[in-house]
Amino acid sequence: MDRRKFLKLAGLSATLAGGVPGFLNREVKARSYTPPPGALTARRWGLAIDIKKCWEEPHCNDCIKACHAVHNVPDIPDRKKEIKWIWKDEFEHAFPEQPNEFNNILFTHKPFLLLCNHCKNPPCVRVCPTQATFKREDGIVMMDYHRCIGCRFCMAACPFGARSFNWVDPRPYIKEFNPEFPTRMKGVVEKCLFCYERLEKGQIPACVEACKRKALIFGDLEDENSELVRLLKSRFSIRRKAELGTEPSVFYLI
Amino acid sequence: MLEKALVGSRKYWLWVAFLGLLILVGFLAFLAQLEYGLGITGMSRDVSWGFYVAQFTFLVGVAASGVMVVLPYYLHNHKVFGPVTIFGEFLAIAAVIMCLLFIIVDIGQTHRLFNVLLHPTPHSMLFYDMIVLNGYLALNVICGWAALHGEYKGTHYPRWVKPFIYLSIPWAFSIHTVTAFLYAGLPGRHFWLTAVMAPRFLASAFCSGPALLLIAILIAQKVSKFRVEARAIDTLSKIITYALLANIFLFGCELFTAFYSNIPGHMAPIVYLFKGLHGHTEWVIFMWTAWLLMAGAALILVIPPLRRNVTTLVLACIMLFIGAWIDKGIGLLTGGFTPTPFETITPYRPTVPELLISLGIWATGFLVMTVLFKIAIAVKEARAA
Repeated sequence: MDRRKFLKLAGLSATLAGGVPGFLNREVKARSYTPPPGALTARRWGLAIDIKKCWEEPHCNDCIKACHAVHNVPDIPDRKKEIKWIWKDEFEHAFPEQPNEFNNILFTHKPFLLLCNHCKNPPCVRVCPTQATFKREDGIVMMDYHRCIGCRFCMAACPFGARSFNWVDPRPYIKEFNPEFPTRMKGVVEKCLFCYERLEKGQIPACVEACKRKALIFGDLEDENSELVRLLKSRFSIRRKAELGTEPSVFYLI
Repeated sequence: MLEKALVGSRKYWLWVAFLGLLILVGFLAFLAQLEYGLGITGMSRDVSWGFYVAQFTFLVGVAASGVMVVLPYYLHNHKVFGPVTIFGEFLAIAAVIMCLLFIIVDIGQTHRLFNVLLHPTPHSMLFYDMIVLNGYLALNVICGWAALHGEYKGTHYPRWVKPFIYLSIPWAFSIHTVTAFLYAGLPGRHFWLTAVMAPRFLASAFCSGPALLLIAILIAQKVSKFRVEARAIDTLSKIITYALLANIFLFGCELFTAFYSNIPGHMAPIVYLFKGLHGHTEWVIFMWTAWLLMAGAALILVIPPLRRNVTTLVLACIMLFIGAWIDKGIGLLTGGFTPTPFETITPYRPTVPELLISLGIWATGFLVMTVLFKIAIAVKEARAA
């Protein structure tokens, strides 16, 4: 075998060895890493929202304020260009597939907290052409703001309207700047990340911590003994657009 | 052969200068968009794709339609299409260039474009779209240029080109199929979640693209000594007719499924586009214009004397081109995003800078098309003389 042939063969086998297994790997997985000591970990993070408890404080927006302050979420007045990670909307908008003239007596125009569902089968992750959005091993659907090209395919794919795009430079619209969390630039997509940065430090998500009625229950959906699983087993809950098969990890206890 | 594009009449240069001006204006608007962000457009959190992606989608169809003259010639030996195939290929080149430009102006972080190559992601349909579009561009450059160069030298195109020509035929179908799959696989977007999306894309492409080609050929006959046989125009107009009828039929299938099933989510986008919803009637006039134009064109085209008459044929082509452009270039996108996932309506209107950038890209496409067609015609004229 001459040098030329050897190089050709070596190149071909390298391509096959490196390229093919990667090609067959359907779902993007974050590179495994060891969480720092003291970090909160889970196999699949989930959240339950006890909606009746939430309604006990009709004018409370503590969770929204806490989240948006800690994550430098800009307050953009133009509703068409707004950015939100967690917000309230009425029942009819949150669950448009559940029209029921009698339920409506109970739920008409009642507010529901909405945020990224951190789906088990996230369509946003499926469509992202650069893996800038990906699912971590603990179920959190993450965003890499440095890799996102701003194609907004994820926004078209998300059936929950959970994603926001930075149509303009968001920095002038940040009221109180938190130096501990990165700000974003124009042209990238962002959303709730289940406070991955707080979990790393052993803290529960900011919204859960901020709720004075303890209406938000955060925990491991794959841990039989977690408070979250016990609650979900004992009470009736609904998920948004469950029929689409995305398997949301956010449950509404009603 | 490029030198052929550098000599031309006063009219030719005026046309080129006009396109150049539009390109310049579009480019300046694009610089403003780069500076300010995509907030300069009418897109919003709820309608997160707009005019750019719509133009991209429509033009993928125009690009794919080049195959409608290549296929009959190479697979069915339809000889009269011989002089026309080159124009199909050159039309495809111009259209794919426009597609790529519309993607570039649509993304938020323009300079990160090559992340798509740096982090190839085979579960994203955009990954395949990148491959098929760039591949199709390369195939048409190779096939078109080789064939024309052969003609220029007075020889046949080299034998190695043949496999590329055959490959370009299924490849043309693939580009529009993959583009349809960008939309048709998204849960929760009822207007797009339909198995006839790809077939309908192909049908609307195979009527609107050849319609543009037919008009371009007729213009070429007017301004040069280049002539095609009447039978080529006749075949082309029949292809347009069948494709247009298929497009209308498939749209009828959509209507049946949505309204007979009576599923609110499936009906809502169609009602919004054609009748208005919750008092929002932004696109009603556009959608009715589109479908009346297409229905009118179909009527003209199915009546043989009207189809053979150049004036009515051109009229039908213009009508169906505008109709298909509104339907796919506006209706498809707004219908997909309206109602929003919250069953609310956020109206979308493109802004002036958005339209100027789009116009600049269209002008770029027409410039590429003009130059390539000019070269092809000059070569053919020189051969004939």
